[in-house]
Amino acid sequence: MRVVIRGMGELCVTAGLVLLLFFAYELWGTGAYTAGEQHKLDTAMRKSWTNTKVTTEKVRLGTGVALLRIPRFGKKYHYVVIEGVSRADLRKGPGHYPGTALPGEVGNFVVSGHRTTYSAPFNRAAELRPGDRILVDTRDGQYTYTVTGLKIVKPTEVDVTAPVPFHPGRRPTDRLITLTTCHPKYSAARRLIVFGRLTATVPRAAAH
Amino acid sequence: MYLWIWRRLPDDPRVKLLIVAAAVLVAGLVLWYVVFPWLEPKTQFDHGVMDGTPSPTPHR
Repeated sequence: MRVVIRGMGELCVTAGLVLLLFFAYELWGTGAYTAGEQHKLDTAMRKSWTNTKVTTEKVRLGTGVALLRIPRFGKKYHYVVIEGVSRADLRKGPGHYPGTALPGEVGNFVVSGHRTTYSAPFNRAAELRPGDRILVDTRDGQYTYTVTGLKIVKPTEVDVTAPVPFHPGRRPTDRLITLTTCHPKYSAARRLIVFGRLTATVPRAAAH
Repeated sequence: MYLWIWRRLPDDPRVKLLIVAAAVLVAGLVLWYVVFPWLEPKTQFDHGVMDGTPSPTPHR
């Protein structure tokens, strides 16, 4: 009996250590994967930007759409936004909802990203305040969106992604951005939504 | 279980410690680079997307 109890105790301690290591992997190990994928996406996207051949093809799922920068999060903060929001896509970086507007277009450019794992691109999203800038670089130019507000909603409130948020079916006239991520941290119970509006556009050649 | 393994290792305590350290390192590396990358996507809880299909931009 004593041997069995000792064996169970040892198994429990081992399981606890493995769980701790798994938690560490979730927080830091997944970031290494995202960093590697971001590097590949960044290289491919910048290469495509130098291609002078103009095409009308749609953005392919899994490829880079734009470069996202948020000055409030520091100069080093930049992520390639990938086309698509599947689990596999968001492991590589923040994802653009297919079907929503592209950067600079009339409508809603909707981007979703992880809050805690896989480099946690939107980890500090709750720190954004109205007036903060969100810079989106594309092949055509640099779009500056200004944060207009934050809201915490249920995960089912998909209307935040409408061309006019909360008004599905209404024809958009503004050029908007919406960022969505989990809330609170380490939970998927709610969604934190950041809204913004396009306030400036700079051609690529003049962008910095 | 660990006592049983410990007793079967060579008597020299330095060799014992070396073998244990190597075993722990190997187990940790296998977990970090093989088991967890396979397991993590199946247990992902923090996805961040809205539950539903987003409204497309109406054609202009």
